[in-house]
Amino acid sequence: MNGPDAVETVRLSHRYGERRALREVSLSIRRGEVFALLGPNGGGKSTLFRILSTLLRPSEGEARIFGHDVVREAAAVRRRIGVVFQSPSLDAKLTVLENLRHHGALYGWSGSALRARADELLERFRLTERRGELVERLSGGLARRAELAKGLLPKPEVLLLDEPSSSLDPRARRELSEYLLGLRASDGVTVVLTTHHLEEAERCDRVAVIDGGQVIAVDTPEALKARVGGDVVTIRGAEPRLLGERIRERFGLTPMYVDGTIRLEHARGHELVRTLVDTFADAVTSVTFGRPTLEDAFVRLTGHALDGAREGGGA
Amino acid sequence: MRAVAALWRREIVRFLRQRSRVIGSLAQPVVFWLLLGGGLSASFRPGAAASTSYLEYFYTGSLALVLLFTAIFATISVVEDRRGGFLQGVLVAPVSRTTIVLGQALGATTLGVGQGLLFVLLAPLAGIALGGAMLAGTLAASMLVAFGLSNIGLAIAWRMESTQGFHAIMNLVLLPIWFLSGAFFPPAGLPAPLRAVMALDPLTYGVGLLRHALYAGHPARTAELPSLAVCLAVSAGFAAASLAVATATARRSGVL
Repeated sequence: MNGPDAVETVRLSHRYGERRALREVSLSIRRGEVFALLGPNGGGKSTLFRILSTLLRPSEGEARIFGHDVVREAAAVRRRIGVVFQSPSLDAKLTVLENLRHHGALYGWSGSALRARADELLERFRLTERRGELVERLSGGLARRAELAKGLLPKPEVLLLDEPSSSLDPRARRELSEYLLGLRASDGVTVVLTTHHLEEAERCDRVAVIDGGQVIAVDTPEALKARVGGDVVTIRGAEPRLLGERIRERFGLTPMYVDGTIRLEHARGHELVRTLVDTFADAVTSVTFGRPTLEDAFVRLTGHALDGAREGGGA
Repeated sequence: MRAVAALWRREIVRFLRQRSRVIGSLAQPVVFWLLLGGGLSASFRPGAAASTSYLEYFYTGSLALVLLFTAIFATISVVEDRRGGFLQGVLVAPVSRTTIVLGQALGATTLGVGQGLLFVLLAPLAGIALGGAMLAGTLAASMLVAFGLSNIGLAIAWRMESTQGFHAIMNLVLLPIWFLSGAFFPPAGLPAPLRAVMALDPLTYGVGLLRHALYAGHPARTAELPSLAVCLAVSAGFAAASLAVATATARRSGVL
């Protein structure tokens, strides 16, 4: 399947007044990928989302959906994208079915085709029995499913989702991820989602790590984790900075300070753990080590935790 | 066209499901009409149309108020749509901003006219006889006036962030337009500057149009008004111009 990428951005930048929300972001998302834009809130991913969904005109650079420019060919882009916003976009005073029909009509659907398509989606999202209910009476999880059904109704080629799992419990979040992966298989839809949940990003084909308005890395979750050298050792102690400096002096390692812990990367984590406990028995309260997670990769790439504040330090 | 119909239909369905809106936008003008119309009738001394009671004079103005209120309520729902998130879903759909505004304006117009017609059934209480030509004319006139008022409401709503802001603008802009339209008092006998302002108020011709329609077949009752042709031309021109302004506002409102 050649042809243009599903999503392509070239040196895309945006500023709100003085603040630079996005800096020269260049990305290519292939047709059929499930792609995560991972980063902390305020990191720029929502700005990118708004540009891709034709709601925001970028200050500089270009963004294209299947080769169509989001600014100059907004109408062509809008016919190809389905958008699921973070804030509810269903009309609370309409029923689930009325919402779907209204949305379909905006995309030129009508009559029996629209009815059949709406029924199909209600079935798929297990909403058939609730179709006649006003949206304001639905629970959060059901409303979320109805949002997804709405976004998918016009058969988009690219589905854009802004923090789709933000209000979901872990079980519903897993269900959503499985559903999105299934979509690619059944409909060939390209899925682009923003998230600050690591486990959600972990289940995607590729992840772009976005921080401070820039794309820090783009790769598969596996490859991102492989960038961390060896094992990750996490140490807790009463005075992390002091302890970290002592470790640096003694072993020549580079400590990173994340959420009040010290992190070290080491090829042979289990040996380091023993040595540390022997050497700094007085200063260490706990030590853990394990294979790197996507969070470790994120810390490695950005120098801070995903939902924690920047703490400086780092490599 | 399908999109306009869908947007139009949604406005109607939403409205009918909010009972307080249905009652509020109809009951308020009726109460205004009866209380103000009754209360001020003793001090009302019109110039030539000496036979007109204030209750009757103010009746047409109250009809204009019904149209104004429904247009205002409908445009408040646009502000709510924007804040809530529903409008986002509409904005990313492949429909032009003109289509969206037209759907919203026609929805608001339909609501206004529907309630206006209910209010017209009270005309005999004001001493105005119901009739075929009168009803048909009033329907047409109400549509034109309500459409223009809805467009102004939309032009304001598309740049508002909150409903509070909308209320402030409404009191500052929309109600004065109504006060100065001849709905509340006739221009006869007023100081020249005030008369001039009233002549510049586009709604003066809308209220004039409604009076021409309500008094169809009784030219003597509308002798002091601008002619039917002038009222119609100004109202139609205003409806078109306000639609253009509302559409332009929607295009500029921070999104592509």
